[in-house]
Amino acid sequence: MRRTRPAGLLFTLLLAWLVCYPLLLTLAEALGDPNWTLRHFAEFGRRPDEWQALWASVWISLATVVLSAAIGIPLAFLFETADFPGRRVLGTLVALPVVLPPLVGVLAFLFLYGESGVVARAVQSVTHSTEPPWRLSGPAAILLVHAYTMFVYFYLFTRAGLARLDSAFGEAAASLGAGRSRTLRRVTLPLLRPALVGAALLTFMTSLSSFSAPYLIGGTFRVMTTQIVFSRLNGDTEMAMVETVALAVIALAGLVFLQKAEKRRVVSGAIRGAAPARRRLRRGGLVAAAGWIFAAVLLLPHAMLLLVSFVPPGTWTVEALPPALSFSNWGSVFSQTERLRPIVNSLWMSAVSTAIAIVLGFAAAWTAVRGRSRFAPALESLLAIPWALPGTVFAVALAATFSVRAPWAGRFVLIGTAAILPLAYLVRNLPLTGRASFAGLRQLDPALEEAAASLGASRTRRLLRITLPLLRPALAAGASIAFITSLGDFVVSIVLYTFDTRPISIEILSSLRMQETGVGAAYGVLLAVLSGASFLFFGTGGETSPSLTAGRAHAPASGSP
Amino acid sequence: MTVELELQSLEKSFGTQPVTRGVSLSVRQSEIVALLGPSGSGKTTVLRLVAGFETPDAGRILVAGEDVTATPPERRRFGMVFQHYALFPHMSVGENVAFGLEPAGISKADAPGRVRETLAGVDLAGFEGRRVTELSGGQQQRVALARALAPRPRVLLLDEPLSNLDPTLRDRTRRELKRVIQRVGITTLFVTHEQEEAFELGDRVAVLHQGRLEQVGLPEELYEKPATRFVATFIGRSSVLPARWRGGADGAASAEFPGGIRWPAAAGGTVAEGGLADLVVRPEALALASPAESGALAGEVVERRYAGRVAFYTVQLAGIGEAEVLASADAAKPGDRVGVLPARDAPLPRAYPPEAAS
Repeated sequence: MRRTRPAGLLFTLLLAWLVCYPLLLTLAEALGDPNWTLRHFAEFGRRPDEWQALWASVWISLATVVLSAAIGIPLAFLFETADFPGRRVLGTLVALPVVLPPLVGVLAFLFLYGESGVVARAVQSVTHSTEPPWRLSGPAAILLVHAYTMFVYFYLFTRAGLARLDSAFGEAAASLGAGRSRTLRRVTLPLLRPALVGAALLTFMTSLSSFSAPYLIGGTFRVMTTQIVFSRLNGDTEMAMVETVALAVIALAGLVFLQKAEKRRVVSGAIRGAAPARRRLRRGGLVAAAGWIFAAVLLLPHAMLLLVSFVPPGTWTVEALPPALSFSNWGSVFSQTERLRPIVNSLWMSAVSTAIAIVLGFAAAWTAVRGRSRFAPALESLLAIPWALPGTVFAVALAATFSVRAPWAGRFVLIGTAAILPLAYLVRNLPLTGRASFAGLRQLDPALEEAAASLGASRTRRLLRITLPLLRPALAAGASIAFITSLGDFVVSIVLYTFDTRPISIEILSSLRMQETGVGAAYGVLLAVLSGASFLFFGTGGETSPSLTAGRAHAPASGSP
Repeated sequence: MTVELELQSLEKSFGTQPVTRGVSLSVRQSEIVALLGPSGSGKTTVLRLVAGFETPDAGRILVAGEDVTATPPERRRFGMVFQHYALFPHMSVGENVAFGLEPAGISKADAPGRVRETLAGVDLAGFEGRRVTELSGGQQQRVALARALAPRPRVLLLDEPLSNLDPTLRDRTRRELKRVIQRVGITTLFVTHEQEEAFELGDRVAVLHQGRLEQVGLPEELYEKPATRFVATFIGRSSVLPARWRGGADGAASAEFPGGIRWPAAAGGTVAEGGLADLVVRPEALALASPAESGALAGEVVERRYAGRVAFYTVQLAGIGEAEVLASADAAKPGDRVGVLPARDAPLPRAYPPEAAS
């Protein structure tokens, strides 16, 4: 039974206003409203740098998928099928980058492998050269950072897929005479296909939206996200709109393509029986050592970040390692009002946007699933859209929408006010909290609420005493990821911030520009610690990290009914 | 007939928990042996040891005299049907059945013929192109069997082959399964927790309890001459009545109940003269009588379960326990005071040492 309730319509309109309206306005402006013209698109087509940036976005993303798969899949097999000392701890450490803001990763990478990073300095001090041995810049540098931060998707998805795989498939293959490579090629990998496609999709989309890495270490190499921001900085607003549309189209094309690939073969692997026993490797020591070294390589950049945050300004010049360490950077961050302000800003803006996203996401899911609203498919699609589009697209769209005062058209001047960033974060958070609510509600047996109703509980009481307590882990997990995403956001903030509402990420950028690397590092460490703490305290409520990210990955899948 | 598969004193522990303890079993060529036991008895572990998915801590596994204990499963040439079939969901029926042919050295040219022939053998001719997900449970089971048989393995292993089917289908599938196995003539070891299945499919039945083989034999032997108290109670219906053992020459031995009533009995295990024993009696070996009849144990009928011309009566025997008696459908009704006697011409009740635990 489908019902028409005002709540369903109301939420659909609200979400459409938040999610679709800005995008449509962006398209309209790219088409040169009020006089329709394809002039800007033609201009876009004529400029080779635009095509180069577009192509760069695509090939960087594809290469990132390949590289991440090459690192993540073997690593997942190692940790899921082999047994060696330290496996559990290492397995968790390796997945760590997934909860850290991309900006922190880039920063940490710069401090370690950049031209003035420790490794370059060490080489310099050995060769007595005054020139840095390399510059961490351009497409190779971007790919390095991407692979380093995004292999985790393949790692987590493959591990989760392997853990779900019924061991009987492997045993059946063995009983039919198939050796290890035949079993892997013919049975295991085909069965892992949905997980691998999911990881590829997530990696591709993340890479396509990636902004921190191309912006900070891309040098003159432009991808679409940075191209958009530079066009805006140059005052070329119409071109920025066209670029935004182009990026959105690429993102949607990628999404559709990969979803097709996923649907082409529906595989229903039985999820029964015992997980396969882990093989204790004959050369367990060697594997363990390799695992430990790998984890160290992964964690080293973050250790560097911590180290740099203790280097007093101006003391580290040519030495390989900093000659002096002190708390002066930390002292200045916490004692100066102007330096404390970004932290306060980030915290309150993230908290407010997450709270509203939870309420809105849950209300929409509740209306759709329990209210059986006729708007259910629309609500779910609307909630998924911001996931499918790069943050830059939304930032530009929101900037265009909320710089005009036209209340009758649902447009207000929010640019330059304290409201725009929380609003932007909210839109970006909706898929995360909405997905958690939808999945949680669908898994919840309706009989529980019916039982409460038969015992005389009112709608409110059922919600407060039954539904919300049972959904708490799912909602907490969604909220945690949303909060972390907002807290570390750089891509949306750089388009929409004002001096008074600048978040931590923007302050990190200005610290770097003002050669205050120590302060920037301190902010970076703070961001990492806040993110990690939020994840550990709220994000793991009864769920493991793979399923969290898996939920995130499948957000767009729910968009198409 | 020659011994094809031989298990010698197989031991396996998971952690400190022993799962199989000294399991030895010989399966003759073309024989079907059922490994019967309750859940947790270690029967699946025995099967997995034979298949090579687990390595025994001690003991050996021989096939036609060849020691395969250390041979990896993919080189044992054993066919296995898994409990949930483990059909590869991304392959067609034909691809599933052909999967084991290449490793078995069957050429690409011969493979389709073998697939066709094997599928026909399980009444699935022409099913090559079907997706395994669109088959019924019974068809999936037959594809699993065909896949296991196609490479012509030396031994066939089946793990609860019918447990995944609904009861109405089980009877028919069981007969078909037996027919196929017998036609192929393959040496077969299969695991089940259902006595009926074991008795119908198995030429011989091996009863496993807490990791030990309690008895191996024909179904009749297990029912009529159970070697242990566990086999006596696990196979068929029975009541356990505590009594004192009064030995004597063959045929003169008896069990004495409180109150001095004695029933002739046979020793099922080693029981001490004058010591406590558990007397295990089948319902058909008991009869109802008047409570005053000499040699009868007096009690009250507490339950009657109608089963056609006959009925099962549960009788609460004063100071002893409950006994189940098979009698005509109108012999008594709940609440009646009755006497319980050994039935005439029935096999003697068997006495076993009481279980330490219970």
